[in-house]
Amino acid sequence: MSIVEILPRVRSFRLPRIDGLTQWIVPLVILLVWQAACVTGYVPARVMPAPTDVALAGWKLLVSGELAQNIWVSFWRASVGFLIGGSIGFAFGLANGLSQLSSKLTDTTLQMVRNVPHLALIPLVILWFGIDESAKLFLVALGVFFPIYLNTLHGIRTVDPQLIEMGRIYGMRNSELFRRVIFPGALPSIFVGVRFALGIMWLTLIVAETIAASSGLGYMAMQAREFMQIDVVVLSILIYALLGKVADSASRALERLTLSWHPAFQKH
Amino acid sequence: MTVQQSLRLSHADAQVIDAPVDFEQARATQARRPSEQKSRGLSLTIRGLRKSFGSNEVLRGVDLHIPAGQFVAIVGQSGCGKSTLLRLIAGLDAPTAGTISFGEETRPEDIRVMFQEPRLLPWASVLSNVEVGLGTDRTSADAKARAESALTEVGLAEKRDQWPSVLSGGQKQRVALARALVSHPRVLALDEPLGALDALTRISMQQLLGRVWHDQTFTSILVTHDVSEAVALADRVLVIEDGRIAHDINVDIARPRQRGSADLAALEGSILRNLLGPGADATGL
Repeated sequence: MSIVEILPRVRSFRLPRIDGLTQWIVPLVILLVWQAACVTGYVPARVMPAPTDVALAGWKLLVSGELAQNIWVSFWRASVGFLIGGSIGFAFGLANGLSQLSSKLTDTTLQMVRNVPHLALIPLVILWFGIDESAKLFLVALGVFFPIYLNTLHGIRTVDPQLIEMGRIYGMRNSELFRRVIFPGALPSIFVGVRFALGIMWLTLIVAETIAASSGLGYMAMQAREFMQIDVVVLSILIYALLGKVADSASRALERLTLSWHPAFQKH
Repeated sequence: MTVQQSLRLSHADAQVIDAPVDFEQARATQARRPSEQKSRGLSLTIRGLRKSFGSNEVLRGVDLHIPAGQFVAIVGQSGCGKSTLLRLIAGLDAPTAGTISFGEETRPEDIRVMFQEPRLLPWASVLSNVEVGLGTDRTSADAKARAESALTEVGLAEKRDQWPSVLSGGQKQRVALARALVSHPRVLALDEPLGALDALTRISMQQLLGRVWHDQTFTSILVTHDVSEAVALADRVLVIEDGRIAHDINVDIARPRQRGSADLAALEGSILRNLLGPGADATGL
């Protein structure tokens, strides 16, 4: 039998397609092991509550309306802070990517500010804003600014110069060149920035809410700690994980929508 | 199998490949352009052209006249300045000294360039990529129709809605050709457009180029490192050495040209001898 005859058979043998459910197998197994460990008493309840206890705590908070309220407050802070910081970062990234003058004026300053861990500003921010909304929005916006700024800048600077030359040869003026060549070329890199920023957004918000807040998920977790409600603490942590996953999925969906031309996003 | 047999076999193979190619070429250029037909191309006059990059003088005084509608090939060793000359003609760089004139006022759409890389926008469909070639006419109502007809001309009409990433190298280069042709240019500058293609794709692209040049009667300037491509396509071959035109050779061979014919081979040999220096064509094989 020649290799040519064998090849199609080899190719027809494939691993089962990775569908939507496959990715949930590992989390599910972890939950089951966790439940088993708690029920058998291998892990004491005051160290780690069983998943069923966490679910029960969640149900109670859901019925009282507290949970929805806190999630909504945190979600609002996260998205408003993200929008503010993201748009400023995007604007600076565009300006510094497109203009030498703007880059010379601001890039060094921004790079210096970037090296200050933004969470180190919390004491200062509390002194400035107290513990109301603007403190949290400021911190989230500051945290989100840098990944979006850096990746927008990088995306614009690395657009293929041959394509830019082509656009100029074919008579594109600056605005059209930006719309047709530079922006679409920078988009994959901008999305990398968005996904980094989403992670930093949650991190910043949780820390800020834990330290200085009177509502939100972080506040809920801190309150629960005060009263030794370990099931609510674990619940808050699980909700962070879920919200992070939701944000990441949303940005991936947006990527698939806008980057359908990219070989990495084409269906095979 | 004896040596003789295997030789005969390989010869037969070569003929099998050659035959349809010659047929295609003959069909493509069946009607030789009547000499009385008026060319749409622009004539080109270059006087005392020099170009330096810092202290490196790449072009050292080029004087050249290209009549309207002529197909000129420029050959030379790497770094001889042939691509620089083409970029100056296409207006991509400014000369250090000297003039290039087209005899009349030109619009940007009159002169188009094709590069070795297709330079297609990966995020635009094949059809939108061709539309880019319309220049400032991109916004006109018939832009789509004109792009479609240019795409049909290069035989890729059915790929209009595809992304460039799914096309083969030769197909991408055909889309780039459609983009260059869609504005009906009067001068087409080609900077090794087939250099990155495999041998068979290159031959079919050469036939396509020859056909559109014949149909649209523009002035064509082709920079290439492939002397056989130059003699197969061009009316005239310029050999550039050390930033000057060293030889100006008329290719006085009737079209349609038979690929691999003795005339073309002899001319190719003599140009190669010019390029490489005496004795260099005997490669010892």
